Amino acid sequence: MDPITLAVIQGSLEQIADEMDATLERMAFSPVISDGFDRASGVYSRVDGEVIVQGPRGLPNFIYVMEFTVRCVIDHIDNPQPGDVYIVNDPYLGGTHLMDVKMVMPFFYRGKLTAYLADTGHWTDIGGRVPGGFSTRATEIYQEGLRLPPLRLIHEGRLNSELLQVILHNVRIPRERRGDIIAQVTALQVGHQRLTRLLDRYGEPTVFEAVNELNNRSENMMRECLSTIPDGTYQFEDYLDSDGIELSSLKLDLEMTIKGDEAHLDFSGSSPPCRGPLNSVLATTISSVYIAFKHTFPEVPINAGCFRPFHFNIPSSTFLNAQLPRPVAGCAAEVSQRVIDVILGALGQAMPDKAYAAPMGTVTNLSVGGVDPDRGYYVFYSFIGGGYGGNFLTDGLNNGNPTIALARTQALEIFEFLYPVIFRRYEIRNDSAGAGRQRGGHGVIFEFEIREGEASASLLGERGRHAPFGILGGQPATCAHHAFTISGTTYVPEHASKDEGVMMNAGDSLCLQTPGGGGFGDPLERSPVEVLEDVRLEYYSLDTAHHVYGVIIEADSLTLDETATRAKRLAMKSQKSSS
Amino acid sequence: MGIIVGVDIGGTFTDLVAFDEENKQLRVDKVPSTPDDSSRGLIHGLEALALSGDSIELVVHATTVATNAVLQRKGARCGLITTRGFRDILELRRRDRPHAYGLYGTFTPLVPRDRRLEVTERITAEGTILTPLRQSDLLDTADKLIEQKVDAIVVSFLNSYSNPDHELQAKQWIQQQYPDLFVVSASEVLPVYREFERTSTAVLNAYVQPLIARYLCNLEQRLEQRGYTQGIQIMQSNGGTLTSNEAQTFPVKTILSGPAAGVIAATRLAGESGFNHVITYDMGGTSLDVALVTEGKPYVTGSAELSFGIPVQMTMIDIQTIGAGGGSIAQLDGRKMLQIGPESAGAHPGPACYNQGGTLPTVTDANLILGRINPEKPIGGKDRNPLDATLSQLAIKEHVATPLGLSIDEAASAVLSVANNRMAGSLRRITIDRGHDPRDFILFAFGGAGPLFICSLLRELGATQGMVPRFPGITSAWGCVCSDIQHDFVEMVNRPLDQVELSTIESIFSDQQEQGRKRISDSRLVTDALTTIHEAEMSFEGQTHVIRTMLPNTTLSHKMIRQRFLDSFQRRYGQIDDTFEGLDTLLSEIPVRILTLRTSVIGVRPIKELRSFLNPPDGTLQQSVLGTRDVYHDQRYYPCPVYDRTKIPWEQKINGPAVIEQLDTTTWLEPDTSAQIDNHGNLLIEVP
Repeated sequence: MDPITLAVIQGSLEQIADEMDATLERMAFSPVISDGFDRASGVYSRVDGEVIVQGPRGLPNFIYVMEFTVRCVIDHIDNPQPGDVYIVNDPYLGGTHLMDVKMVMPFFYRGKLTAYLADTGHWTDIGGRVPGGFSTRATEIYQEGLRLPPLRLIHEGRLNSELLQVILHNVRIPRERRGDIIAQVTALQVGHQRLTRLLDRYGEPTVFEAVNELNNRSENMMRECLSTIPDGTYQFEDYLDSDGIELSSLKLDLEMTIKGDEAHLDFSGSSPPCRGPLNSVLATTISSVYIAFKHTFPEVPINAGCFRPFHFNIPSSTFLNAQLPRPVAGCAAEVSQRVIDVILGALGQAMPDKAYAAPMGTVTNLSVGGVDPDRGYYVFYSFIGGGYGGNFLTDGLNNGNPTIALARTQALEIFEFLYPVIFRRYEIRNDSAGAGRQRGGHGVIFEFEIREGEASASLLGERGRHAPFGILGGQPATCAHHAFTISGTTYVPEHASKDEGVMMNAGDSLCLQTPGGGGFGDPLERSPVEVLEDVRLEYYSLDTAHHVYGVIIEADSLTLDETATRAKRLAMKSQKSSS
Repeated sequence: MGIIVGVDIGGTFTDLVAFDEENKQLRVDKVPSTPDDSSRGLIHGLEALALSGDSIELVVHATTVATNAVLQRKGARCGLITTRGFRDILELRRRDRPHAYGLYGTFTPLVPRDRRLEVTERITAEGTILTPLRQSDLLDTADKLIEQKVDAIVVSFLNSYSNPDHELQAKQWIQQQYPDLFVVSASEVLPVYREFERTSTAVLNAYVQPLIARYLCNLEQRLEQRGYTQGIQIMQSNGGTLTSNEAQTFPVKTILSGPAAGVIAATRLAGESGFNHVITYDMGGTSLDVALVTEGKPYVTGSAELSFGIPVQMTMIDIQTIGAGGGSIAQLDGRKMLQIGPESAGAHPGPACYNQGGTLPTVTDANLILGRINPEKPIGGKDRNPLDATLSQLAIKEHVATPLGLSIDEAASAVLSVANNRMAGSLRRITIDRGHDPRDFILFAFGGAGPLFICSLLRELGATQGMVPRFPGITSAWGCVCSDIQHDFVEMVNRPLDQVELSTIESIFSDQQEQGRKRISDSRLVTDALTTIHEAEMSFEGQTHVIRTMLPNTTLSHKMIRQRFLDSFQRRYGQIDDTFEGLDTLLSEIPVRILTLRTSVIGVRPIKELRSFLNPPDGTLQQSVLGTRDVYHDQRYYPCPVYDRTKIPWEQKINGPAVIEQLDTTTWLEPDTSAQIDNHGNLLIEVP
């Protein structure tokens, strides 16, 4: 196929998905979609749902999930018709947690089923035991909310109002969900129009020949990238704090074997399925693996081709491939990040020159539902950033968004306007970054107080007990530290990073302190001038400079004592080598 | 009336336009910019045009001083005072990362942490004072910043949009203590919620202020030395001008000064030829700036991100930029896919054919190889050496043709196709994305490299009409002379529509209008008329993204406002209604919210049409032919006549393939297209 047509078709396909994303994001009512960009759109194969193209600004977590969703829809439906739109959110068919509602539209070109268009968006509520869907104490998916198999929300162009009523009667704040449904359907329509135009212009055979070719090229490019990794087996493990029910940690055990241009990822040594909602479904686990590789090789475009060189062993005896009716609310937001972390850890061993220390590895989902004397019933949902890992290029970023998302946080002023809360602090959490030649980024402190009425708060976070790791001699970051103050008494939740249904009244507060990122390389190799700068700007204490970095700074004048620093570092090095 | 001078200072050239109404004379020129002190280049330009100060009535100026200060991080040393607990707002951003994929990169805010200090005070979202601000606390804090030798202080408190008292009080106390210091209160710059964006915008204002002030003072002095004492008007990002003094108070308003001026010129010139729906594109050496004009008005936006973590919120002409220009580099990625840009060879070393050491192939090299530009007449300077096509061929051969197994001509053609596709993508996004069909628009090309692509872009968009103005290389300077004075006001309401009294809306609108009128009359510029535009930003209850809807200032009713919003919503997302039954009812029960009320007051300046300064050439079409050249198109070379734009008689049809040359650009007319210069001096292109 000639390179010009190929490039033009590639560009046009990306624009189609991008326009779908843009439409969904602007029209959506869920702030998680419109401000948080927790959504994705794309075009998928008529035969098996393989991804043809997905929007470049779509939520990374959906990289592979959408292909899985479309495939399940294809398997479950009979006789799709023009003008049909299916709705589905079953994690065991759709691939993530219940809040991610997918819509799938069979695409007909000149009367013939030619492809599928699909999009997904995170609804702020899907019913279930807690507002917002992030229950930490659910033990079955039935408690987590409304579960929909692929159903025709629109049948041959006509809205199925009975199904609509079922949905609207089972979610909190149904009015907003009406708007989200319109937004999702409109985005599919935009895709429909643009894809039709592309096929009109170049003809169906040429477009699909190009799709094939693009898949092959992505595959080849991914293979080239994989072959730059030295052959071998790399083992890495990391942990989740708990499942929210039992206090024991969950282990992720990865054995990554690189052979030539293929990767084999074996998670079979991981913990068994858990009682609480920290299970993952297979599609989310696999998607997370692809995100980790995409972060490592960002130049490879995402389509079905680049998935081909990967092989998995993720048995259903592990919590990474849980089965019905296990609860899964934490899979998309928390477990997925730890999957990425262990891959970054294994890749760091394999390719030190491209290594990343662990990022904060948690979204810290906070939902507060309550009744306010003026505002009535409300659900305040937020997520909080943390530090990125130091890496082969730079220090870690302060307050980054999770590796699985491109979501931004809402403004505090909007929260204070909408809900009866008042913030006391939102600042960089000093001394939370892991030390290293390139240090981690810092986490944040997010503290608020309830002003009026009564509220119930739920927290689904992580990294309260297992810190983000450092790499190549870098040190781990500081763990998350969350504390409720209720009627004047301050306490840390039993599960450190998780709690559910905490009753809060006016004057009660919650202070969330998120982890930084791990450090990269030996802290003793960090330039003393940079350490001094971090102390001067109060990111690091004098103590950390002294004891961790071996940098001696005169406290009053904040000047560097170079001689003492050299001596201190020599002593620390010899101590290290002797131990 | 004297001479009106428009000046646009870019990175490489300073463009000037001088309008002499009395003598019906128009002079244009390009002189090299003087980046160390741009006012020098400007004066050189005036000298080149042989203009004395006392003959000038007005200087209108588009400047990149503000933009460059930010992009090069050469702004003022600022201090920031915030509510206790929130000094890091500027650094925390909204929790994001620089690259969607790849977890590297850091962020350095414009004000470092040691110059971000806190005071005790607190105001609620409703505007109630929870904790009062104490003068001693504030002044102690300000003193600490002064010890750090700051040039400016920004005061930004939480919820100041709702009650600015503390900020204004703080500003006053600081100014009493330090009368020479530039002090900014965030709510004065942007009285709208979202603390990060408001603080960022206010900090930008302070960050660029000393530079702008210094520059404008220098400029005014230099002009005064030449006898010009009238004061200058500065182009804002919204496409209207303000006085030099106002620009020194709100310099952040000039952040997109130059590109905005270009869109204003395009709007006006297309309008003179009778076109009110216009897609404008400005293709220079490194980037492509695209904007949309509907019903004779440029599309505006409320925000832009200057670089990672540095948003600015202002009413600005919505200009989308991608890295696609004449200097954009063509290369193969890891999949052997041809990519154009965003890296650019810039002015130095420039495209391979410049023979200045550049060896990577660029869009300009491809155009040269295929015969579309004349090696003897490079754009942008009489003193420039001829272009060397053999260097272009070498570069294309090594980096594109050989690896792809193509001939050099095929490879050059591929470079142009891919570039064209990227550009078309950008044009589609600003039209289709907003519910417009590009086929309803005329495509207006400017910038040195723009008109080479006009036919292929029209084909790619399915549109049929294009336009190349008489002076495409100096369009922004032209925009300066034909801009109006414009002042924008915004007030946050943020309540459900049915809870807002109509009298409240009317009184906000009339206050805003009055302020605008006063500023315009204070500027003492001659205006023909005053126009006022009232808008509301509205959304359905619960939505984050708002839509701007125009409203009349009287005879409002709640029903009418809701209907106007629904109409705008339909226009923007109109794809839905026809195909699906029942969906529209989903929205019918959802209430509408008004977020802000906005007013733009425009002082319309008496501006003559360009037409009145142009003399149609009196020769024949044949006399305007400079010669012939072979141009490659669609797999073969076509022998093409080469026309001199300045000599082409008006209203005579030229058929493609043809090349039309002028000092500041080249227009390439593909086979099966036609063009003529209309009776306003614009080149109109038809692609069937």
